Amino acid sequence: MKKAAARLYTFLMFLFLYAPILVLIVFSFNDTETASRTVWSGFSLKWYQKLFEDRLILEALRNTLIIAVAAAAASTVLGTMAAIGINSMKRLPKRVMMNITNFPMVNPEIVTGVSMMLLFVFAVGLFGGRSLGMASITAAHITFCLPYVILQVLPKLRQMDESLFEAAQDLGCPPAKAFFKVVLPEIMPGVVTGMIMAFTLSIDDFVISYFTSGTTQTLPIYIYSMTRKRVSPEINALSTVLFAAVMALLIVVNVRTAKARGQAKEERR
Amino acid sequence: MKTNSKLLSAPYTVWMTLFIILPMLLVAWFAFTDRSGAFTLDNILSVGQYSNVFLRSIWLGAVATAVSLILGYPMAYIIAKLPAKRQSVMVMLVMLPMWMNFLLRTYAWMTLLEDNGLINAALAALGLPRAHMINTAGAVVLGMVYNYIPYMILPLYSVLTKIDPSVIEAAQDLGANDKKVFLKVVVPMSMPGVISGITMVFVPAVSTFIISKMLGGGGNLLIGDLIDMQFLGSAYNPNLGSAISLVLMVIILICMGIMNQFDEDGSSQEGGLML
Repeated sequence: MKKAAARLYTFLMFLFLYAPILVLIVFSFNDTETASRTVWSGFSLKWYQKLFEDRLILEALRNTLIIAVAAAAASTVLGTMAAIGINSMKRLPKRVMMNITNFPMVNPEIVTGVSMMLLFVFAVGLFGGRSLGMASITAAHITFCLPYVILQVLPKLRQMDESLFEAAQDLGCPPAKAFFKVVLPEIMPGVVTGMIMAFTLSIDDFVISYFTSGTTQTLPIYIYSMTRKRVSPEINALSTVLFAAVMALLIVVNVRTAKARGQAKEERR
Repeated sequence: MKTNSKLLSAPYTVWMTLFIILPMLLVAWFAFTDRSGAFTLDNILSVGQYSNVFLRSIWLGAVATAVSLILGYPMAYIIAKLPAKRQSVMVMLVMLPMWMNFLLRTYAWMTLLEDNGLINAALAALGLPRAHMINTAGAVVLGMVYNYIPYMILPLYSVLTKIDPSVIEAAQDLGANDKKVFLKVVVPMSMPGVISGITMVFVPAVSTFIISKMLGGGGNLLIGDLIDMQFLGSAYNPNLGSAISLVLMVIILICMGIMNQFDEDGSSQEGGLML
């Protein structure tokens, strides 16, 4: 009886979570001339064809990917360096740094976005140069990704035995080499998780991009303008493609971690 | 060696000073000056005119947080009781919708809730009267719950799995029935997750501006919409916008401060962070 209730509840919850997504996917295959969102009139792939012919979408996708790669790379390097620095600090400066790190995660996104918009507009007014665009979005993305990288790397550093690094140096290894040969492999899982988080956060971000983009389009900004102006099943097709991409990515990541776990078990035997 | 390591965080310090601290100082500066740059309190004072918008945002955000907690707690509890292998699948299924852009998820609800939408079509097919759902406060709450409920379920789940089963057995051995075990042991021990979930849902819900625009029509203006209008919208006035942002930040900091009172060891911070 209890189990049945739990099953029913789980089912209803997943219905709630997935019904809207399912509706989006189903109507992406709708063959309709009137662009009606809710009347089914046969199977068609024409919205996908339109999607891949839409230059603006492809340009927005390209911008999004460039920004995400740049933001993930920069925030991973800067964040890992920062985490190492913070880890070796004394109590008080460490606390100050952690508060600065936590601040953008606690602060409402819209306030962060607005504040950076003020900064970029101010900087353009002061130093001239081009107005908001790729550079300002990338800088903003690096900023909000950094805390996530740091919070992934710090626990790994804490778990690591400090004497390992010293031992490598005692054995005549220069500090830089000791870092790459000893420290980095130890903290790698945290660095990789941080980088993946930064990449996905950057791809998905709308609010901060919206305020720092000027006229440059990223995919979420383009989606926003689509939902505002015209009603087209192209959005549904786009959603489906993105959802399929995420699913594929998740499956690959999960299979890989499952394999890695399996191998680790084998080796232990 | 140690001094070298510390230097590694110097670029980060410079970066955060430039892109977090300086922008915040600019918000404060804009909030307390007028268009010509002279000091004024007018912006802060005129935020008072919008107290109804603030109250509506806080109210809708609080309702959405409460609904998320009521719906999310049983879900987290059910997942935590499953065998370990199925737990990770269920957690992934809870998180999967979050990987879809939230604009698209909200757009999907537009399709469902419209007057000619799918829910109304289904109601009509069953011979039931149609319901007006889109452009209401209820639709906004629904959108908030839908978008943010994973942030409630995940921290709850992670504290619930950490509860030592022997504590529950001990309570049972001492004669507590199921209801008593739940109320006296499980609920108190899951409080850090509850607090973390509440903050993680409330903060984005209060400051949202898309959900209200898409599902609430024009009649359900929230703080986020107000800020958006001052910076990129029709009522261009960054000084007033900064003042509203500042007030919003203060409100949220106060709420977080109150929540932290209930959570002395700060353990809730960790519960919420997982990929």
